Amino acid sequence: MTASQLWPLYEIFIRARGGLDHKHVGSIHAVDARMALEHARDVYTRRLEGVSIWIVRSTDIIASDPADADSLFEPARDKVYRHPTFYEIPDEVKTL
Amino acid sequence: MSAQPRALPSEARIDYVLQLADSNLILGQQLGALVGHAPALEEDLGIANTALDLIGQARHLYSYAAEVEGRGRTEDDFAFLRAERDYRNLALVEQPNGDFGQTIVRQVLFDAWQLELYERLQHSSDRRLAAIAAKGLKETRYHFRYSGSWLVRLGDGTAESHARVQAALERLWPFTRELFDEDDADRELAVAGLTPALPAVERAWSDRVSALLAEATLARPANTPFRWFGRRGVHTEHLGYILAEMQHLPRTYPGARW
Amino acid sequence: MYSQGLDNPPPERMVPAAAVAGGPGERFQLRVDAEEKIEPKDWMPDGYRQTLIRQISQHAHSEIVGMLPEGNWITRAPSLLRKCILIAKVQDEGGHGAYLYSAAETLGVSREELVDQLLSGKAKYSSIFNYPTPTWADVGAIGWLVDGAAIMNQIPLCRCSYGPYARAMVRVCREESFHQRQGYEIMLKLSQGTAAQREMAQAALNRWWWPSLMMFGPSDNDSKHSTQSMRWKIKRFSNDELRQKFVDFTIPQADYLGLKVPDPELRWDAGADCYRFGPIDWTEFDEVLKGHGPCNRERLDARRKAHAEGAWVREAALAYAAKSRPATAGRAA
Repeated sequence: MTASQLWPLYEIFIRARGGLDHKHVGSIHAVDARMALEHARDVYTRRLEGVSIWIVRSTDIIASDPADADSLFEPARDKVYRHPTFYEIPDEVKTL
Repeated sequence: MSAQPRALPSEARIDYVLQLADSNLILGQQLGALVGHAPALEEDLGIANTALDLIGQARHLYSYAAEVEGRGRTEDDFAFLRAERDYRNLALVEQPNGDFGQTIVRQVLFDAWQLELYERLQHSSDRRLAAIAAKGLKETRYHFRYSGSWLVRLGDGTAESHARVQAALERLWPFTRELFDEDDADRELAVAGLTPALPAVERAWSDRVSALLAEATLARPANTPFRWFGRRGVHTEHLGYILAEMQHLPRTYPGARW
Repeated sequence: MYSQGLDNPPPERMVPAAAVAGGPGERFQLRVDAEEKIEPKDWMPDGYRQTLIRQISQHAHSEIVGMLPEGNWITRAPSLLRKCILIAKVQDEGGHGAYLYSAAETLGVSREELVDQLLSGKAKYSSIFNYPTPTWADVGAIGWLVDGAAIMNQIPLCRCSYGPYARAMVRVCREESFHQRQGYEIMLKLSQGTAAQREMAQAALNRWWWPSLMMFGPSDNDSKHSTQSMRWKIKRFSNDELRQKFVDFTIPQADYLGLKVPDPELRWDAGADCYRFGPIDWTEFDEVLKGHGPCNRERLDARRKAHAEGAWVREAALAYAAKSRPATAGRAA
């Protein structure tokens, strides 16, 4: 195959039904946004899996580096006071 | 369409329903043969979706024809046990798949016609037919979107693709005359409010196709005389082969259930 | 559809993962041992990456080539309902191929490279698809036996340590059970039908039984490369375990159809609570794998033809996209 035949990669996100977030389901190849939507529909919604589709050029996604995971996410670990279960409230106190 | 339908012989109604059913089935059958052989994997899936929709519509229509007829025939009796002369499909849909360009041109010409027809047929005095058209319309809109966007890509793509689809257009254009050639039977259906008048469908189809051809940088061929009238059972050489293949098992094993 | 019998990475790839204490290899193995999923940008041993690329792409190729033997019957399906079911099924296989290529591409290889490997004959696909489908009953037998064997293989893959592969397999498995059931239903109709139909069903079972058992790959005694895949949690059960499970599930289903599997040595072993079956002809397996099966050439030729004939279409689409303004499909909502 010549390089001229490479169709760019798009990431596909589907909203399964109203009220839910779009969720990443996989990728497809297409030459442009219109074709990407058509392909996403034909490949990923054959069984009523969705009511809405987002497509994003794979090269446009900026991801965090797993090597940074410690410094990005570990600091949240010991801040237990952010969670409601941290606080001891007497049972008699209602609707809190 | 007339608000006061007059009595229509059930044969005329059945004949019309079979025209629609047969065109859907034959085109679905042709697209089915392409699944696994398309230019890209995603196109295999797209073609399969259209084939499934078309055959699904054919099944609804055959069931309705069987009901009107009331002789206990099934959808499969209509599909598998009728001879070539009894088939009522447009000659356009029995034309070979050819290359992907020809497949797409055939599809665009058909989809644009079906879209304009169903838009009107959903208001038919025949409520079953209206319901089938209304349901089919949602599918057909997508088919046209799919085939139309491919026609534009191929028409306005490379020099080779442009030449290929222009040639396919010239080859298939003569078969579009049949879509709108109105005879007495057609006029009777229209007067009864069962079907839209063909000239109105033709104008809408013509505008739609012209706009798309312009976007695809393709030249609209001139109208030429035509010889085939599939809707009246006068077919090209291709249909016999399509049916021989499709009907092979039920014909070989009469009465068997599958 | 998939054969784990294909999973034979070359020995040089099988470098010990945890060579250095405290190094990335060891940390990787600890994560796998803890059943953590590995994601695309995570560090992974090169052998792990290569094994996955090979296995996932072989799996994807198998789905794509697998469209052909059944696709052979789309135009001749004996009823409109069967025609729709078959188109939907063959389409699903294409869809599974798409999911799997997508998973493989997260490992840094492009679909084009993978397709080139298939078309050049360098990459393998499941040998089962090199067998012909001369009758309608073969469509039933493939659904029942081949998809049945595939499901046995695929369910454990839903828990594979590599996240994108595991997620693709969840989707595949959700769709696959329809395939097996429609196949069995075809066999059921045939076995309840005319004498000619019953004969057709039995002949198809005779054709597909042994190749289906071979789908699980070489016997554990001869399968050299399973250990590392097990350790990486790419593979969870041995070939023989899965094969035995398949036989135990399938024989009662054949009994219900009134069909006999072509194995004179087959018997129920009450003590071991399983079926004992005769020896598998591994010479045939090796021959088909080497390219000498009944349809190896036809299958690859069909793929090459579709690819070559589609070249001008793919080029035209790219040329059009390059000319036209960036499409505005609507704001994200």
